[in-house]
Amino acid sequence: MSKYVLLYKGFERFWHWMQALLIIFLAFSGFEIHGFYSFLGFQEAVLYHNIAAYSLIVLTVFAIFWHLTTGEYKQYIPTFKNIKAQLDFYLLGIFRNAPHPTKKTLLSKLNPLQRLTYFGLKVVLIPATIFSGLLYIFYRYPGIYGIEAINIGSLKIIAIAHTACAFMLVAFLIGHVYLTTTGEKITTNLKAMLTGYEELEEEVEEEKNGNQ
Amino acid sequence: MRNIFLGLAFGAIVFVVIIGVLKNREVEKPLLLELKEKYTGRKDIKKVDHSKFENLNKNFKEPQEVTKECESCHNLTAQEIMKSNHFNWEREEYIKGKGIIYLGKKNSINNFCIASHGNEKSCAKCHVGLGLDENGNMVLDAENIDCMVCHDNTETYMKAPERGGEPVKTLNFEKIAQNVGNPKRSNCGVCHFYGGGGNNVKHGDLEMAQFSPDKSVDIHMAVEGVNLQCVDCHITTNHNISGKLYSLCSMNRERVTCEQCHTETPHKENIINEHTLKVSCQACHIPVYAKVNSTKIYWDWSTAGKLKNGEPYVEKDELGNHKYMSIKGSFVWGKNLKPDYIWFNGSASHYLMGEQIENPSVPLVLNPLFGSYRDGDSKIIPVKIHTARQPYDPVNKTVIIPKLYDPNKGSGAFWKDFDWVKASEIGMKENGLPFSGKVDFIETRMYWPINHMVSSAKQSVQCVECHTRKGSRLANLTDFYIPGRDFSKIVDYGGTLMILFTLLGVFGHGGGRIIAFYKRRGKQK
Repeated sequence: MSKYVLLYKGFERFWHWMQALLIIFLAFSGFEIHGFYSFLGFQEAVLYHNIAAYSLIVLTVFAIFWHLTTGEYKQYIPTFKNIKAQLDFYLLGIFRNAPHPTKKTLLSKLNPLQRLTYFGLKVVLIPATIFSGLLYIFYRYPGIYGIEAINIGSLKIIAIAHTACAFMLVAFLIGHVYLTTTGEKITTNLKAMLTGYEELEEEVEEEKNGNQ
Repeated sequence: MRNIFLGLAFGAIVFVVIIGVLKNREVEKPLLLELKEKYTGRKDIKKVDHSKFENLNKNFKEPQEVTKECESCHNLTAQEIMKSNHFNWEREEYIKGKGIIYLGKKNSINNFCIASHGNEKSCAKCHVGLGLDENGNMVLDAENIDCMVCHDNTETYMKAPERGGEPVKTLNFEKIAQNVGNPKRSNCGVCHFYGGGGNNVKHGDLEMAQFSPDKSVDIHMAVEGVNLQCVDCHITTNHNISGKLYSLCSMNRERVTCEQCHTETPHKENIINEHTLKVSCQACHIPVYAKVNSTKIYWDWSTAGKLKNGEPYVEKDELGNHKYMSIKGSFVWGKNLKPDYIWFNGSASHYLMGEQIENPSVPLVLNPLFGSYRDGDSKIIPVKIHTARQPYDPVNKTVIIPKLYDPNKGSGAFWKDFDWVKASEIGMKENGLPFSGKVDFIETRMYWPINHMVSSAKQSVQCVECHTRKGSRLANLTDFYIPGRDFSKIVDYGGTLMILFTLLGVFGHGGGRIIAFYKRRGKQK
C-alpha cells in the first residue's frame, strides 16, 4: 500500500529552487570574476554577483528560521546507521535493481548519505562560502571618514578560500543533479521537489505514527 | 477612530519621507557639477592696472631695470623668490639613508642631458634669473630675478638661446611690464613643456599641445572646458608653488592632489571608491600619455659623436622625431603610451653626484620611488620610465658629468669637439669630482610620475584592463592579489580536476546503470 504525501512544503520548495538558481548564477558570474571567461563583463559580473550574494544570504536567513521553527533541521542530523547499506546500494544494488535500503518517510526523508552530505553542505560549505564572500565584499568598506579596511594583510587568502568553496559547490551540484535520477523512477525525485508530493509506502508511515 | 489616527500617522510618515527625499536631491548637487560651474567661463578680473603706474611708463633697455621697478613697489617679494627652488635650483630634502641634502637642478643627475653645472649657458635658459656672471655662474641676487618670465601676460617675453637666462634684448619691455599678472599656462609651459631640450622630451604628460588643448588631450586644461591654468591646482603662497616632481624631489610634502578638489571618494559606486585606498586617481584616469606628440623613452649616449664629412648631423624618424643626433646619440620615442605602474608612498631617493655605483651590471635607477603593497601609505601610480645609456667612469664607478655645451670649438665641450674623454675630464673637474680617464656607458632608469593629460571619465581605464589574466595593466605588480588576474594553482587545478572526476563518476555510474538496465531487459525477454 502506498499513498501520495506532501513531502516538501511550499516554503521548502521555494527555498530549494531559489537557492539552486542563485548558486548556479553565482557560480557563473563568480568564475567570470575569477578570470575563466568573459561573458557579462567584469564590472557587471561583480555587480550581479554581489546582488545574488545578498539575495542568497537573505534566503539563507529565512531558511534557517524555517528549519529551527518547524524542527525540520532534525532531518539533517547525521547518522551512521545503515550508511554501509546505502553505500552498497549506490555501488552495487542500483545496478541489480535492488530496492532502496532505507525507507523514505515524512519524518525521515533523507537517507544516511544524504544526511551526511547535506549536513556538511549546510554547516560547513555554505557558511564558509558566505563568510569568505562577506569578507571579500567588506575587505574594504565605506566608513564615516572615508574608505576603511579590515585588518587583514591581503585579499589572497579570502579569495582563494572563496574560490575553493565555489569549486566544491559546483562539484556538489553535478553530483546532486545526477543523484536525483536514482529514485524509484528517474524523475521521481525531481517531480517530488517540483510538486511537493511523492508516493510513499503507507505501512511505514503508520509504523512511525504508531511509535509516536 | 483608531483607524483614522493610524491612517493619519501613516500619511504623515509618507509625507515626511517624500519631503526628505526631495530636499536631499536639492541640496546635494554633484561635486563635479559644482566644480564645473565654479571654473567654467571665468573672467580674469584684474585688481591692479599696471599700465597706470608712471614708473613702468619708460623705455627699458635692460631687463634688470624692469625688475628694479617691480621691486620698488613689491619691496619684500624678492625675499620670497630668493628662497624658492625656481631661483636657487635646489631645495632642502631629506633622503632615507642619505640624510639632509640640498638637491635641485643645480646638482642633480638625470638621464637626459645629464647635469646642468658647467652647461649653464645653455641650461639656465629655464632659470628665473636674468643671466650669468663673467665666470659663467648664475647670479642669485635680487636685481637678477626674472619677474617677467612668469608674470608676462602679453605672451611676447622670450629668453635668448644659450645666453644663460637673459631675455631677448629687443623685446618691448615697457609693454610687458605694463601687462603683468598671474602666471598663465603659457608662462609655465615655455619651460615645463620643453624640458630635456625639446617638446615633451622629459615628462610625456606636459607638452605644447597643452597651451590650448581640447578635452581629449586634457579634460582640466581644455579651452572649451574648465580651462584650468597651472596655478589653479598648483596653489601658490608667497611664491612657493605647490606640487613638484620626483625627478628632483624626495619628500612627501607640498604635493598637489586630485583630492584637493574631488575628495577622496568621488565615485557613485562604493566599490570604485574602495579602490582609492590603494590606487591613485591618475592610475585609472590617465589611460594614455603623450597623446599628441611623442615623448622620449630611450636615449643612448654611447652612439653620439658620429660625423658625416667631419660635421655633426641629425636623422629623423617617420613622425619627424630625432632618431639620431651626433651631439646626443640615438633615441626612441613613443606616442599614445600606456603608462607603467608602480607602488609609491610619496618619498623618493636620488643618485647623487659622485656616489659610487654598487653594481654597474644592473640598470641604475637614478630616482628610486619607494613603496609597496604592504606599505599603508603606498598607492599605485602611473609612471613613464625613461631608460638611457649614459657615460660612466668604470674605475671610480661614478656617473660622468660631461662638459656638453660651450660656444667655442676646441674648448673640449662634447657638443663641439665630440671627444668623450676630454669632455668628461672638464665636466668632472668643474663639478669637483675625480675622473679616471676611462669612459664607459651604463644603463640608467628614471621614473617620471604621470599626473597630467587626465581623460574624461568615460575614457578612463576599465575594470577588465587590470582584472584579467592576460595583459593586465598591473601585470608587473605581483606583490598582492587582484581578482580576475591572480589565482592559486593548487585550487584552480585541484578544483578543475575534482569537477572532472565528479563528471567522470556521474557518467561512469549512469552508463553502468543504462547497461545494467538493458541487460536485465534482455534476460526478461
